[in-house]
Amino acid sequence: MTGFALSQRQALLLLLLVTGVAVGLLEGFGSGYLRTLAALSLINVLLAVSLTMTNGFTGLFSLGHPAFMTIGAYVAVIFTYPAGRKSFAMPDLPEIFGSIEWPLPLAALIGALAAGLAGRLIGLTVLRLRTHYLAVATLGLIIVVQTLALNLDGFTRGGRGLTGIPRDATLPLIAVCTVVVIVLCWRLKHASIGRAMMAVRENEMAARCFGIDAFRLKLFAFTLGAAIAGFGGALLPHVVSVMSPKSFGLIMAFNLIAIIVVGGQGSIIGAIVAALAISLGSEALRPLEETLGLYGMTQVAVAAALIVVLLWRPKGLFGLDEPGVRTE
Amino acid sequence: MLEVKDIHLQRGRTPVLRGLDLAVGAGEVAALIGANGAGKTSTLMALSGLLPVASGSATLAGPDGPIDITRSDPAALVAAGLIHCPEGRQVFAQLSVEENLRLGAYLNRDAARIAELRDRAFDLFPILAERRHLPAGGLSGGEQMMLAVARALMAEPRVLLLDEPSLGLAPQVTETIFDTLRDLNRQQGMTLLVVEQNAMLALEIAHRGFVMQDGRIVHSGSGAELLGDAALLEAYLGVSA
Amino acid sequence: MSDYVIQQVINGLSLGSLYALVAIGFSLIYGVVRLVNFAHGDLMMIGSFITLGLVASGYTPWVVVPLVVMFGGFLAGGMIERVAFRSIRGAPMITGFIVTLSVSVALQNLGLMVLGPQPRNFSFPALFRERISLGTADIAIIDLTIPAAAIVLALVLTLFIRRTRLGIAMRAVSENMLAARLMGISLDRIVFLAFGLGGALAAIAGLFWGGKFGQIDPLMGLVPGLKAFVATIIGGVGSVGGALLGGYVLGFAEIAFVGFLPPEYSGYRDAFVFALLILILLVRPQGLLGRDEEERA
Repeated sequence: MTGFALSQRQALLLLLLVTGVAVGLLEGFGSGYLRTLAALSLINVLLAVSLTMTNGFTGLFSLGHPAFMTIGAYVAVIFTYPAGRKSFAMPDLPEIFGSIEWPLPLAALIGALAAGLAGRLIGLTVLRLRTHYLAVATLGLIIVVQTLALNLDGFTRGGRGLTGIPRDATLPLIAVCTVVVIVLCWRLKHASIGRAMMAVRENEMAARCFGIDAFRLKLFAFTLGAAIAGFGGALLPHVVSVMSPKSFGLIMAFNLIAIIVVGGQGSIIGAIVAALAISLGSEALRPLEETLGLYGMTQVAVAAALIVVLLWRPKGLFGLDEPGVRTE
Repeated sequence: MLEVKDIHLQRGRTPVLRGLDLAVGAGEVAALIGANGAGKTSTLMALSGLLPVASGSATLAGPDGPIDITRSDPAALVAAGLIHCPEGRQVFAQLSVEENLRLGAYLNRDAARIAELRDRAFDLFPILAERRHLPAGGLSGGEQMMLAVARALMAEPRVLLLDEPSLGLAPQVTETIFDTLRDLNRQQGMTLLVVEQNAMLALEIAHRGFVMQDGRIVHSGSGAELLGDAALLEAYLGVSA
Repeated sequence: MSDYVIQQVINGLSLGSLYALVAIGFSLIYGVVRLVNFAHGDLMMIGSFITLGLVASGYTPWVVVPLVVMFGGFLAGGMIERVAFRSIRGAPMITGFIVTLSVSVALQNLGLMVLGPQPRNFSFPALFRERISLGTADIAIIDLTIPAAAIVLALVLTLFIRRTRLGIAMRAVSENMLAARLMGISLDRIVFLAFGLGGALAAIAGLFWGGKFGQIDPLMGLVPGLKAFVATIIGGVGSVGGALLGGYVLGFAEIAFVGFLPPEYSGYRDAFVFALLILILLVRPQGLLGRDEEERA
């Protein structure tokens, strides 16, 4: 790396420029497939950056993102689902919801709110647990939420899943949301609250001696992360139009962890790069998977890559750094 | 018996041993003394194969020729008769006294011999016999030290490394331990390398003493010499005789 | 006691035994290397598929199948350790956790790749599908065999740990790795042994699971594996007796939940189990038999 580094403002402008141009090109000339691919990749970026904030900054280890995605998704869909079909698909839904049909951005925010609330309640409960206990508790959370979604089929259509969800998540919308999340997490990281979080990550005991309320910080990170996950979860079904309780499960949790581990457990730029690499890479491998008839191959490759990175560069490719940008 | 030349060792990125030289002859008692942080424990850990050496050589005299310590793993060194009794005694608290002793002779497959060694250990430290089925964690500090030494003896060592045997023990118990060590040396010709903060105690039974500071030996001499050199002891150890 | 209650008790014993077998292995591994082995449940899956292979090939008489399965599980467990976990020994806990998670995902997807996603099944010999009457209740023999096997295996393992040289060495490593090495104990060997034993137990649980529930697939290990973790926590981590107890407590709790609540709630059984986990972690993290390790932040 040479001494070349952008100022934060320049980096932001670059981000906006690149995103704007890419989206513009895709909207103008890209096929439906490419636009969908870009949309899904950007949502992965959004989720990965938020997980970097939750896990990476404070050093807590949560696998719970998919659970919050599920909450955000189902809540949002309640608002965006075509009114005509609502009574059929979600018979137990109270009358007031039956007739409304709200735009996605609003619905997604409500979903985020619901997820954030759940995050706060759950966080209050589980964040005192030590590392691997927290990890398993949050993993259990995925199963609990999936089970609830499966069984409350009056609201969610259970295992049959929901189809015909309006494709309101356009690429420009997703791009805007992703950029907002990136900027938000970036500002957080470089503000004093972010520094406090990282102090907690490095040495919680010492941080507490300095008067830092570690628990409050973790709770904040966890809640905010849950809200953003809920938001991302709300966007996804509006790209692919279908959703089921199994949509956001262990595989998603694992892929997100893979992304932030590879990218660097506290690096936002690392998360962006890794998210794009893994999303696009997985998609590139898919045809190979089909021709060889080896379903699951991509996933094995991701798992293997993860193990290799952990052995070779335990802090991920970028650790806590933001390469190329002056952060002092 | 033990020859150490110019050992350099790092723990993480911190250099801990910076050119350590040491030699202990067969049947000798050597004392390694020095202030806290001098690198004494690291020295023993290097000698027993627990820490990797960056450069330098360390050899143990063996029946089939010299053994290169820097290339041996702890199990091989135990098999060769180099036994390390670590700092803080480190008995297996949840295992019984008898099980601890059994583990001391882990590499020995001869059940009869193990029983013999165990009985000898009980003769040496009768209190252990009384407590043989109790968990080692329930013993007093002094008893645990006896157990640690007994456990080490179960391996029939040719060289015994002891890290701070007096740590946290009452003076009377300490005396007993050191008397036992001196006897072991006198009667069985066991080679001992004793690391101690309590310089006097160690030098009293030692043939040879090594003073360590900042990862290297700064002074050596016979036990009596060093014991008598009040100025030295004060300078390096802050000990007033 | 009514028939229904007897039936449920037997079910609880049976299911509890399966959880216990997996939990014991899990606990053994954690005790020795302090690693939460996420991939442990997948060893159960491997056991099931080894059974399937043996049964389908038709060469192996049923008397021998359990032994082969356990041996296969032993090797699988040990090899996974050798390949994936040895290099991270001593690394921070999170790294270990992520690696075990990756291994689990890799195993599940390798299973999908090689075996395909559709469920398979195999049947136990006719004897085990018979039913006998206990009082007025009608019990499947397999539901009696499973607890019997589990108890026997647990006893054998306990004897091994308490009486044999390697068993004592394992306990020593569990307690103090440094001091154990100074005894001349080979860490590599003991760790391999722990993973191998855990694998063997999980594999035989897989054999029984497949026989009892009649369906196996490459993803089957995940939820039982997690539940085994819950069982370990309930009983107290690091203790074989604790894992055994935890397995039965969980098995009975789950059966009670399904058996005594109205049927519309039975789909929530998994949610119940994990809610129970969170409760235990908050109220008594060291479990029923565990020592008071510091679990809280």
